[in-house]
Amino acid sequence: MPGIYFDHSATTPVRPEVYEAMEPFLREHFGNPSSFHAFGRTARQALDEAREKVAQLINASPAEIVFTSGGTEAINTAITGVARSLASQGRHIITCAVEHHASLDTCRALAGEGFQVTVLPVDRHGRVDSGELREAITDGTILINIMHANNEVGTIMPVEEIGAMARERGIVFHCDAVQSAGKVPLDVNGLNVDLLSLSAHKFNGPKGAGALYVRKATPWQPLMHGGAQERARRAGTENVAGIVGLGRASELAGRDMAGEAARCRVLRDRLINGMLAGLEDVVLTGHPDKRLPMHASFCFAGVEGEAVLLGLDVKGIAASSGSACTSGAMDPSYVLMAMGLDTAVARGSMRFTLGMENTEAEIDYCLREIGPIVARLRSMSPLAGHC
Amino acid sequence: MRVAVAMSGGVDSSVAAALLVREGHSVIGVTMRLWDGQEEAGSLCCSVEAADDARRVCHQLGIPHYVLNLQPEFERYVIDYFVAEYLAGSTPNPCLECNRHIKFDVLWGRLAGAGVDYLATGHYVRLGCDGGRHTLRRALDRGKDQSYVLYTLTQEQMARLLCPLGDLTKEEVRGLAREWGLPVADKAESQDICFVPGGDYRDFLAGRVGNDAATGSPVRPGPFLDREGRVLGQHRGLPYYTVGQRRGLGIAWGERVYVTGLDPARNAVLVGPEEDIWGRLLVAAGLNFVSFPPPPGPAAALVQVRYRGVPSPATLWPDGSEELKMEFAAGQRSIAPGQAAVFYRDDYVWGGGRIKARIG
Repeated sequence: MPGIYFDHSATTPVRPEVYEAMEPFLREHFGNPSSFHAFGRTARQALDEAREKVAQLINASPAEIVFTSGGTEAINTAITGVARSLASQGRHIITCAVEHHASLDTCRALAGEGFQVTVLPVDRHGRVDSGELREAITDGTILINIMHANNEVGTIMPVEEIGAMARERGIVFHCDAVQSAGKVPLDVNGLNVDLLSLSAHKFNGPKGAGALYVRKATPWQPLMHGGAQERARRAGTENVAGIVGLGRASELAGRDMAGEAARCRVLRDRLINGMLAGLEDVVLTGHPDKRLPMHASFCFAGVEGEAVLLGLDVKGIAASSGSACTSGAMDPSYVLMAMGLDTAVARGSMRFTLGMENTEAEIDYCLREIGPIVARLRSMSPLAGHC
Repeated sequence: MRVAVAMSGGVDSSVAAALLVREGHSVIGVTMRLWDGQEEAGSLCCSVEAADDARRVCHQLGIPHYVLNLQPEFERYVIDYFVAEYLAGSTPNPCLECNRHIKFDVLWGRLAGAGVDYLATGHYVRLGCDGGRHTLRRALDRGKDQSYVLYTLTQEQMARLLCPLGDLTKEEVRGLAREWGLPVADKAESQDICFVPGGDYRDFLAGRVGNDAATGSPVRPGPFLDREGRVLGQHRGLPYYTVGQRRGLGIAWGERVYVTGLDPARNAVLVGPEEDIWGRLLVAAGLNFVSFPPPPGPAAALVQVRYRGVPSPATLWPDGSEELKMEFAAGQRSIAPGQAAVFYRDDYVWGGGRIKARIG
């Protein structure tokens, strides 16, 4: 049973319907949406439709959607745009230790520009404490930046509480929802977020397309200059085919969400239960129930995550561990460290993230194969040849 | 059978992988990430470019490629050792420790889950079997022979090791690489210690432990002492000197003066005339016997005391202890504690050990 894909937090396959929607915009509908003529109008109309679909996915209005090249650009734009726009009113930003590097590195860059950044700790499940967040707020706080769900451990943050608090204190709130969008319901009004980032390829859309939701009247400024596209909020000719794909993926994800989440939850629980019952010295990382329904993450004591990955890959199972560096090698996870795991245990981290195409048979195959792999690694028994 | 090839991105390990693929084995390529040298230029081994090159080769061969992070282990087993040895007045060989601990132990452990039967490397040595014992023999290409840095191999490690280049010359290997169109066919040889790009280990040490005694660095100035214990001047710190060194001492004396030894207890650099750097007797510890069992009594062997050194006739004097005395037929220049003394029978590695001291 080769080619089993359990790495949907990294990226997902493009759904055939999404591909079909995109294809005309890579072929005959090649127009530039800013053009005056019929070619341009066709492309422009496609953008408008996609904008409506993305807005619908998160209960926003279409005018509040800015298309970007993906999650990282959306996050960079949100954090930098708000900080620079409000610098005269305050220079304090609150974020947390388990955010994606797109957030943490952007905050670090702003710290270099004279902003003060408070990085909140998380509990052993990877959750930020909203009480601690309240304590961290100062008169100079201009931005709260907390993710919706963590990419490594799947933990869902108390975003609703944080949003209410931010609203009450009049502080702008950006939420990185890259892992959640299209997978669990998101309502920008219910959550009181002012900005929200999402990425198409995390929910069966194409790579290179994402969106930033910006609530009306939110003080911010664009990152990209050089054109009036996206109502002068993001310069540069739009990635029309990618955006069409994002729109279609949003539409389908919204339509199928409830059923797909329930289906994945069953598979995920089968995987978690099988793993915890079938292997010794395995712990589930992240929150036991406040987690994404398609997300299972573990630490295997006494083995290296990358060694398990290698063993699984040879068996045709794709999973992941920690975060990948440029060379493709694994570093001990800063997320797990922030959750208080020790380095040795964190090195045995594994993440299985499920998606549409996964089946119960695949889960069972994985459960069968992983036991011997971990056992071999733990015993380190060499398969000595004979002389 | 399934073979994992340790690939550095160089021509040797690339050809080793290609040969094994051509023999029909199920091959995977693995590149070890050993140190965080991504920013530094000049080193050919272990860098991101090295991993990229290995990946390109694997892609061409149609085999999977993995980068494994062995940084913490490399830090512990190789870099910490390297620094400690220099601070203790010894001359370490980090490649040897990397082979012993990282390649043949940690890496193997990392591969166990993948059901790998053999580990292959691009080392120029010949592995064989004789009388129920795995043997290690010099490469056919004596100029490329790497048996010296593999004397720590255990029988268990050799049972799962393949070194397919032992019967080839470097030119033949390059020829194969060109013939098969491998993208690294004309890549330069790596020379430096991989984690010391640019090659000056003294700068590296200074970066690790500082070189200012006032801030507590163990590298601090001390006396040059002659045979009689007279102070001839002040040295800059033990790691700046190696046995046999003549240049850069800054000592005015009647005749040429050489470093004859390093004495960490007194933080002294011992100096003397050239005759004092020649010796005939050494004692080695941490022994490993490779192709043949330990000799029951005095035995003739060829002993090599540095990587590119000349093997010289000597007598091994086993005394039932964990150490071994080796007595050369003729004087040897600059026997340096910390280096390996590897003894051969003909061109087979009999065994080796770490030089503890020159005792005569």
